[in-house]
Amino acid sequence: MIELLQVRMRRLLRRVLTRPRIDLPLAAGLLLLAAAGLATLYSAADGGFALVGGQAVRFALGFALLLLISRIPPATLRNWTPWLYAGSTFLLVVVAVLGEGRGADRWLNLGVMRFQPSELVKLTMPMMAAWYLHPRQLPPGWKDIAVVGALIAIPAGLIAKQPDLGTALLVAAAGAFALFLSGMAWWRIGLLLAGAGSMVPVAWHFMHQYQRERVLTLLNPESDPLGNGWHIIQSQIAVGSGGVFGKGWMHSSQSRLDFLPEHTTDFIFAVFSEEFGLVGVCLMMVLYLFIIGRCLWIAMEARDTYSRLLAGAIGMSLFVYVFVNGGMVAGMLPVVGVPMPMVSYGGTSAVTLLVGFGMLMSIHAHRKRHD
Amino acid sequence: MKLRRALKDARSEGELFRRRALAGFVLILLCLAGLVGRYVFLQVVRYDEFATRSENNRVKPIPIPPARGLIYDRNGVLLANNVPAFRLEVVPEQVEDMNAMLAQLGRVIPLSQDDLDAFHKQLKQSRRFESVPLKLRLTEDEIDRFAVNRWRFPGVDVVPYLNRRYPLGGLFAHVIGYVSRIDADDLERLDPARYKGTTHVGRIGLERSYEDVLHGTPGYELVEVNADGRTQRVLQTHPATPGRNIYLSIDARIQKAAEAAFDGKPGAAVAIDPRNGQVLAMVSVPTFDPNLFVDGISHADYNALTSAPDKPLLNRAIRGVYPPGSTVKPFVGLGGLELGLRRPQDTVLSTGTFYIPGQSRGYRDDVRGGVGVVNLMQAIEMSVNTYFYKLALDMGIDRFSAWMGKFGFGRPTGIDLDGEASGILPSREWKAKRYKQAWFPGETVIAGIGQGYWAVTPLQLAHALATLAGHGTPYAPRLVMATQAGVDQPKIPLPNPPSGPSLVTSQANWQAVDQGMQMVVNAPRGTAYGLGKGFPYTIAGKSGTAERYSRRSDAYNENRNLAYLASRHRAWFEVFAPAEDPRIAVAVVLEEGAWGASSAGPIARKILDAWLATQPDAPPDMPLPSGGLPPPGTSPATPAPAASTGEDEPAAAATQETPP
Repeated sequence: MIELLQVRMRRLLRRVLTRPRIDLPLAAGLLLLAAAGLATLYSAADGGFALVGGQAVRFALGFALLLLISRIPPATLRNWTPWLYAGSTFLLVVVAVLGEGRGADRWLNLGVMRFQPSELVKLTMPMMAAWYLHPRQLPPGWKDIAVVGALIAIPAGLIAKQPDLGTALLVAAAGAFALFLSGMAWWRIGLLLAGAGSMVPVAWHFMHQYQRERVLTLLNPESDPLGNGWHIIQSQIAVGSGGVFGKGWMHSSQSRLDFLPEHTTDFIFAVFSEEFGLVGVCLMMVLYLFIIGRCLWIAMEARDTYSRLLAGAIGMSLFVYVFVNGGMVAGMLPVVGVPMPMVSYGGTSAVTLLVGFGMLMSIHAHRKRHD
Repeated sequence: MKLRRALKDARSEGELFRRRALAGFVLILLCLAGLVGRYVFLQVVRYDEFATRSENNRVKPIPIPPARGLIYDRNGVLLANNVPAFRLEVVPEQVEDMNAMLAQLGRVIPLSQDDLDAFHKQLKQSRRFESVPLKLRLTEDEIDRFAVNRWRFPGVDVVPYLNRRYPLGGLFAHVIGYVSRIDADDLERLDPARYKGTTHVGRIGLERSYEDVLHGTPGYELVEVNADGRTQRVLQTHPATPGRNIYLSIDARIQKAAEAAFDGKPGAAVAIDPRNGQVLAMVSVPTFDPNLFVDGISHADYNALTSAPDKPLLNRAIRGVYPPGSTVKPFVGLGGLELGLRRPQDTVLSTGTFYIPGQSRGYRDDVRGGVGVVNLMQAIEMSVNTYFYKLALDMGIDRFSAWMGKFGFGRPTGIDLDGEASGILPSREWKAKRYKQAWFPGETVIAGIGQGYWAVTPLQLAHALATLAGHGTPYAPRLVMATQAGVDQPKIPLPNPPSGPSLVTSQANWQAVDQGMQMVVNAPRGTAYGLGKGFPYTIAGKSGTAERYSRRSDAYNENRNLAYLASRHRAWFEVFAPAEDPRIAVAVVLEEGAWGASSAGPIARKILDAWLATQPDAPPDMPLPSGGLPPPGTSPATPAPAASTGEDEPAAAATQETPP
């Protein structure tokens, strides 16, 4: 009996070790990022363990989900895709009808925990785009582009209505990247971008007053010294005063003296820049770039169109997080609620990211054989 | 060719993807390089500038909370104001050992368990550098004792603030409500920019429904802080804009008289000006002291309020629902005229029991043996059930509920308070939704006398009565008459246009109902005869007595013990005056009243007396003697035939079969 158990254990161990489901470079990059994120959070939270502990638990949960999802073959994911997409979009509608949250109706209260369906859509959106494009003739024509555009517009519109412009942007970008990777012709991309550009005045008209104010304060931060202008000014001072080498870990005076608001969540990268300087920023960018690059590599090795598009879109949407958050912290982009991945405090987005990387691990495990 | 296009070419697709992925990567690389360029710009090119600014970053904006708007009655009597007070605040990050500090501080200034509980709760919700209030409303003595010991308690400070105060205590508690400390749930709901530095928010009543008006806009001052974050000096001040003052349409004198008239017995009264929907008085008895809630109510006080059997926290005026009983009869009667089913002079024979044709079930009249032949006016005067049984049946439930719905029954009246109950307007749709059952004609019959499924709030009845009294023009009830930007600024009236067209098409119809209601109070056989004695204007009214329990048999209950009846009945009285051109409409309910006219009627009269005293042009008044109206059947003044006692017998329908 015991021998049988031993044999089974050994076989399992061998399987895990010799045929790892996970891509080691990607996993190493993610672990490194998680560690850097926790260290920054520890400093930004003023040496408190409460936030760091909570974040570590979420990371643990996220990595556990990553391992779990990595065992689901991409074909299975593809079969589930329409249902997952429809389900998550339905949840968005439910939230729109009876949601609750801080000013913005983004949350569903499940009794024990509150849950943000728009986080789910960040994954189901690229899945759906990939699912739709998978059997089609690629590069896609106008008809397919229009269909994918509609698939993007429904959830993104619902999320923007909540109003959560940051998440809507991430969702739309994830879908758009799938289109881009499917080989949509450059001239069509250019035409669409030009069209979108000409729609800016219309979008301005439909924006919430506070959203317009955010854009305006970006242009003139001193106009709103108590609100967002204050964020932008203080954040830039934090970043700029970091210099090339930074003030050192735990030495961010801007956040210590409470000059920097939201310094554990959306503006945590300002603390990082202040403490680690330009060198730290460059290293961090290299780390993100490495993870994105690895994702694209996994995508290129993938067996079928669905896997390729999904892996590529997830990897590229990581870039949107980094660019939008980094640009916002540096006063280059308006203040929208996009976190710095794996660094900003706040659970659901880290868990969503890791679940997404779980899919990448699965795609990697089922890649085409190099004979 | 077409076939080749339709086939997917895996190899070329893979190649296409590879090219796209590379292009994407290059684009990302460029964008991130641009982002890093921005950081180079900030951290290298402008390093000196930002390093200096960070070093000199000593100027901080400190929010100035706005003063909350004051609340006055219609004549400028102050109902809610702000009193300067001092509180003890603690900045957690400046305290080394919180428990030791609290223990020591407790010896200087007594700290109650409630203070400590609230402090620890808020400590968990706030950030380490934010100051947390420990004890509110310090006495002079406490401030002095702390000032001497202040050096021992770094991080603890006495801070001035404005404390909300309700000088009239419980009198307006159910109207104005109260403010209380902002809690974690509020933080999720409120705009953080508007509530910076604010500690209190309107919790219930007008304080809540007019929160946006009363709150104001915070200002800020730019202060220089030292390296520890302590304020050194103020550089610039941008003052806050205080909240607007509001003026109620309620007259505190009428309000006071109304509350006193209840003599502590549970019930509610609402008085409305039918000409514009302004509420003149709104009381719910018993009441509570709203000042207890402002700084956080103690557990003992709160338990006492919530466990009291007569529920002082319940606002009976807008949330108490009661069967309206006979008070609906004038509305039903007017419906019969307006729908063309009756003329005022049409008569009905009251025999004591009413039968739906072809059914054996009997519906009782008020008086054994009935009162004989009555027209509409007499039916209202003596509250003759049979007239309204028959009329309701002729209307049918659909026309009945459509007509009564026009008076606002079964839905919130739209008063400027939150949390109004809808009550129940019996209808086929309501029953199908609630019980998933069909409607029976017998239910139409008893709906005609305000029994069965009916449930109304005192406010709904007052609103309906005001609509009736105002010749059918409906106005949503309004508590707030005007707002004001500051005490020396002009009052800006809040407009309140009619909420719909008039419900009355013929003045003759209105006058018939008005006459019936005048007879209730002024004709010898009226159910509330004597109530108008000594009042200079003609009063029109209607009593209502609804049973709290359903009747088990159709036998007449001979128990005339008033205490026994009060425990079984809810007493209503509705009244408006002057009857020809009404200026005030009042609805009164007593949760335990023996009879509508004799128990609730005198309360309504006292409200009218108080109102009259506020009318400069009014003739003199002779209030009723303190004994009020005699209970029916016991008074020698009751007109001769004992059978027509004049008071409406509680009019629950018989629920048993009677032999045909």
